[in-house]
Amino acid sequence: MSETFDITETLDVRGASCPMPVVKTKSAVDGLSEGAILEVVATDPGSVSDIDGWAAGTDGVDLLDQVEDGDEFTHYIQKTS
Amino acid sequence: MSTDTSTNTSDGDAEAMTEAELRERVEELEDSVARLESDADDGQKKMTIVATKGTFDMAYPPLILASTAAAFGWDVVVFHTFWGLDILHEERSKNLQLSAVGNPSMPMPNALAALPGMDRMATRMMEKKIDDNGTATVEELIDVSLDQGVELQACQMTIDLMDYDEDDFYDDVVTGVGAATALQHMAESDVQLLV
Repeated sequence: MSETFDITETLDVRGASCPMPVVKTKSAVDGLSEGAILEVVATDPGSVSDIDGWAAGTDGVDLLDQVEDGDEFTHYIQKTS
Repeated sequence: MSTDTSTNTSDGDAEAMTEAELRERVEELEDSVARLESDADDGQKKMTIVATKGTFDMAYPPLILASTAAAFGWDVVVFHTFWGLDILHEERSKNLQLSAVGNPSMPMPNALAALPGMDRMATRMMEKKIDDNGTATVEELIDVSLDQGVELQACQMTIDLMDYDEDDFYDDVVTGVGAATALQHMAESDVQLLV
């Protein structure tokens, strides 16, 4: 891990493929309060581009980091509003 | 260039329009600019998909795009018509078939693909691949789409044509809609797709 974040909640979407990582991330973010950080652990290589695109096109979320570690892709998303 | 703008229109335009008329015209223009800005700036993107196919493979694109667009916060309508209606049919949606005939992506010649039971076999193979890959089932995609606020519409004319009953569909599927409703959503949408 390149950086440590104060993680509020972890979402495990390992094994799931498009569109589930994005769809479940969105649902999880909806349940968080402002400032909270969601950690999303995925195995879908497409989740790197998809979660990046989703965060860029969605108000109130900030993609802090994406970390690739072997077969796992971990995304850190902060709810900003 | 023109530093003296206050006087050079005074002779021509001011004669044609009084100051009151000009003020009125400016107000009208301000109103229409405000209207355009509010239309363009509400930030709410809309998408309408028309789903016309009822094969196993063609059930996926509209549902994947719809659920993903909803995750972006878009307002999404999927209008299901003709064979596309089977995707929303609770019983039939669990039994959608892949056609092996006339499908150049299938690793078998048409003469073989036309044999009885081949569609079923091709479907089972695809279902296994989907499961192995962690791709969601059609039912799961319908559930998440509805959860995320996608409006799944079943064309009333096709319901009658196919002798389906409104109760045959998943809960929260909207019935009693037709082409005019679909067109209205399409006209208001940023993205319109026919699948």
